[in-house]
Amino acid sequence: MLRFALKRVLGAIPTLLVLIALAFFLIKAAPGGPFDTDRRLPPEIEANLQAAYNLDEPLYRQFGLYLGGLLKGDFGPSFQYRDYTVTELIAAGFPVSLRLGGLAMLLAFVVGVAVGTVAALKQNAFTDHAAMAAAMIGISVPNFVMAPLLVLVFAVTLKWLPAGGLGDWRNFVLPVVALALPQIAYIARLTRGSMIEVLRADFIRTARAQGLPQRAVIIRHALKPALLPVISYLGPATAAIITGSVVIEQIFGVPGLGRFFVQGALNRDYTLVMGVVVFYGVLIVVFNLIVDLVYGWLDPRVQYQ
Amino acid sequence: MPARVTNRLRLVFVAAAAMLSGGCGAPDSGQTMRNTPVGGASGTELAAEQILTKNNGAEPQTLDPHRAEGVPASNILRDLFEGLVSEAPDGRLIPGAAEAWQISDDGTVYTFTLRVDGRWSNGDPVTAADFEYGFRRSVDPATLSQYSSILFPIVNAEQIVKGELPPDQLGVTALDDRTLEIRLIGPTPYFLGLLTHSTTYAVHPLSVEEFGARFVRAGHLVGNGAYILDEWVVQSHIRLLRNQNYWDDEHTVIDEVNYLPIENQDAMLRRYRADELDFTQDLPFKQIAWIREHIADQLYISPYLGSYYYSLNLTLPPFAGMPKLRRALALAIDREVLTEKITGSGEIPAYSWTPRVTGYTQQPPAWAGWTQAERNTEAQRLYKVSGYSADNPLTLQFLYNTSENHKRIALAIASMWKQVLGVETKLLNQEWKVFLETRKQKTMPGVARNGWIGDYNDAYTFTQLLASDNEQNDSGFANDEYDALLDAASAEPDMQKRAALMEAAERLMLEAQPIIPIYFYVSKHLIKPWVGGFEANIMDHHYTKNFYILKH
Amino acid sequence: MNAATKTSTIRGRALSTDVWETLKKNRAAFVATLLLAVMSVMVVVAPILSPYAFDATDFDRISVGPSLSTLHLFGTDALGRDLFVRTMYGGRISLMVGLVATAVSLVIGIAWGATAGFIGGRSDHVMMRIVDVLYAMPFMFFVILLMVFFGRSIVLIFVAIGAINWLDMARIVRGQTLSLKEKEFVEAARAGGVSNVKIVLHHIVPNLLGVVAVYVTLTIPQVILVESFLSFLGLGVQEPMTSWGALVNEGAQEMETAPWMLIFPGAFLATTLFCLNFIGDGLRDALDPRDRSN
Repeated sequence: MLRFALKRVLGAIPTLLVLIALAFFLIKAAPGGPFDTDRRLPPEIEANLQAAYNLDEPLYRQFGLYLGGLLKGDFGPSFQYRDYTVTELIAAGFPVSLRLGGLAMLLAFVVGVAVGTVAALKQNAFTDHAAMAAAMIGISVPNFVMAPLLVLVFAVTLKWLPAGGLGDWRNFVLPVVALALPQIAYIARLTRGSMIEVLRADFIRTARAQGLPQRAVIIRHALKPALLPVISYLGPATAAIITGSVVIEQIFGVPGLGRFFVQGALNRDYTLVMGVVVFYGVLIVVFNLIVDLVYGWLDPRVQYQ
Repeated sequence: MPARVTNRLRLVFVAAAAMLSGGCGAPDSGQTMRNTPVGGASGTELAAEQILTKNNGAEPQTLDPHRAEGVPASNILRDLFEGLVSEAPDGRLIPGAAEAWQISDDGTVYTFTLRVDGRWSNGDPVTAADFEYGFRRSVDPATLSQYSSILFPIVNAEQIVKGELPPDQLGVTALDDRTLEIRLIGPTPYFLGLLTHSTTYAVHPLSVEEFGARFVRAGHLVGNGAYILDEWVVQSHIRLLRNQNYWDDEHTVIDEVNYLPIENQDAMLRRYRADELDFTQDLPFKQIAWIREHIADQLYISPYLGSYYYSLNLTLPPFAGMPKLRRALALAIDREVLTEKITGSGEIPAYSWTPRVTGYTQQPPAWAGWTQAERNTEAQRLYKVSGYSADNPLTLQFLYNTSENHKRIALAIASMWKQVLGVETKLLNQEWKVFLETRKQKTMPGVARNGWIGDYNDAYTFTQLLASDNEQNDSGFANDEYDALLDAASAEPDMQKRAALMEAAERLMLEAQPIIPIYFYVSKHLIKPWVGGFEANIMDHHYTKNFYILKH
Repeated sequence: MNAATKTSTIRGRALSTDVWETLKKNRAAFVATLLLAVMSVMVVVAPILSPYAFDATDFDRISVGPSLSTLHLFGTDALGRDLFVRTMYGGRISLMVGLVATAVSLVIGIAWGATAGFIGGRSDHVMMRIVDVLYAMPFMFFVILLMVFFGRSIVLIFVAIGAINWLDMARIVRGQTLSLKEKEFVEAARAGGVSNVKIVLHHIVPNLLGVVAVYVTLTIPQVILVESFLSFLGLGVQEPMTSWGALVNEGAQEMETAPWMLIFPGAFLATTLFCLNFIGDGLRDALDPRDRSN
């Protein structure tokens, strides 16, 4: 299994290289640069800044310099947050996004699997439709509508929870819920689909025929195989969610990684954008690996070659 | 009184005593332009917890005063550092780190006397040498300042910034521990105002040398302002605590101030309403009606030193050589409707370029006094004269950058042009940096959104923008007479003559209509009723040391 | 070739009747289909019935609530434009983005997946590795970059969003193709000397339709959501044109002062997403390949 993991990690290197190159040349191709503001710089000052950040070098050399830095674990200084390095910014933002995204995913997993299982057991009955309809509100209302609604109700009007910012657990409730709602819908749907299939399988019929109670059949026999597609969804979805959501971060004022993708691109903060892109790429690889390992645990037929 | 008063030098400004008049008892030394309602005659009672939370609009790019630019950084730096000159709550200039200064008769040599009790936050005295160090660092190309060009009035500053001279050639000299001399290349009436800008702040030389670029981090930063940096979490908050070593700390009331970088204005308003903010920067246009209805008493709107305008590309058709067409478009905009119904937060309709600044008479054209119906008639006449009609309408490209507010104004104006003249407008919304590039290149014909916030409270910051060699001149307006008037103005030591020259220049420029002024900016704040000490001023500069929290 | 065409059409018809029967049994999905059809017709036809143009401003009727007497059925927006007409126009854009972008991902995904699955071996391996590589890309970020570079071109929105979604499609199709390849009728065609291209086009692809149909109904709502996210960032369609996403984003900013600006476009958007998702689930139940093969 260790060999399998190692092989996968090594196999990911070309993937990452392609990713880095693509992102690097794309962002450099964007019109405008990090030092453009509506107050134009005298040409000498601009040239001086360009030189200080190696932006006057030919593109291939800049790429080389960037890769060189990367090998030494140096993501470079940020253009937008000039007092910080990209490494520092990611190190500060990731724990926040991780906590937020992790909690949201956990919530979504628990609720989504529960809803999906119930719906599957009552396939096409009223309960099925009601449960799925409720879950689907999460993907029918965009989160930039849902999040302000939650704030208006629970923070501004009822004053139960804070409207934003970092602090104690209370600050996390609304963003976690807003982040989890769409995920609940996806997970519920996946669970329902695969659970329906599993329930028709022979080994479940056998278990039922043996007179095992419904609850035991579901928990002991059906759940594990039914979760397989959910698990493979969870890998990339978790990687995406713990690298932050720009909408949620903007609306709740949470200092996560998500805004670095968008704001970094808009500010032409080349190094920061590259940093989060590389980070995201690595996370995807890691999470896909984890998914494969979990798969093996859930489904003994899978062999690691 | 400083000893160095000679007959060549004339005392222009002696401390604050004269300005204080209405104040609060006899000021002992120079400055005490203070909030004094503290437990004073007004009988207000202060809250036990003196914590102020402000929205700052965005994350500052840096807190290095010499590299900083933009409003978010300046707001915080005003609390962390103190320039030679400071500002009273109403915006008047008052002594800061310098307690007095003298200006030579020809207006080119400034001699500052630093206050005796000036201290860095680590207890070291603030010396003239620290300021000399600061000025030199500001213009040193190695510092990578983006704003050093505003120091160009100082002798040799431009050459140093451009790398032609070493920084020690700068016309700033510490004559002794408490005396700093600054030599200028010409009379610069707005120079004192510049000294409130962060590029002129002193930095603590030892900590800059010890920590390098990281000297601005919490724990490293040594300042001479009323507050010290306690914590900085990027995109979350910046927390400052009062500086016990500040010379006027006894008058400081707020113990802790938090700056939040909330950019999304709707989110900002919700957090204000949830009592998580005491003070906001700017407001969403769209919520202004709601605010007026529910919390009108917390809304503070006042004139701001800025013009919102459209640049017409004079280098390409349809505007090249077509002043009448340009005038027609300027006339056809109903600015009353626009500022009342579209922006709706007290913006002032603008028919001329320079906002209301000190010592300058605004230059609205004659048609500013007409009714909109009269303007429309004239606009239609000029439109026809320019060769356009209902059968042959003008087709315009209209460039603006991604923003809800700019979009609304652009749509409204495009529809006014359509209704009055029949102009077909093609809107083009570009993301900020692409927009800047397009506008700068002047390759796109038509109209581009623009705005200018003055660097200092003097008309020159506006007039110079349309000089033919100004990088900011996005219309491509080039007029020798205009340039000559500007040159004459900057060499003129007499303030009234200087103003007259700039006023003549503006009239000349408006006649050609290379730009269409839309409105003068206003500053907009929501302030909780328990926050005291706020006073509006045209620069919208506010110092936390003047604020206090009432019991609530 | 004639024979092959015939088989596929027959199979296709059989499939569609089959689906229709099952869908009719699934009442929720049936209602959703009807609702969606009504809305689609509405966004095309309804603006003609209103006296207002979608881009006509009226500064005397700014942010006015719904009213029958003024014929502003959904009220007006912050520039006095009729919200009913704008909601219909926005619907055209949103539905079009949904359909076209999904079609883009469909074409790429089917071509890629069917080819990889059918050829198999090394080519399959390489092609699927490419898909793996692309999976690691933060696509939203690339879409944002593209929108930034090239401006608000609606074609670009189609293509960019479509290009994100083809990866899933390719994987699903490849998996199906691998199993179809072993089926008797493919073997038979191959033995009969039919060319590979024709086998893919006439035997493999038609049999993928079920899975693809499910995928399509689930992709369209995702794509519409992506467009609305771009609108939230200010990178959506160019004004005065609009989309449901853009309208909902504007409405969300005024949800307290002018709730009609959120409620009407929001209801249309949410209902559409809801219906599509329900239909997708209904279809999946109806078409479950394992279920059918039983």
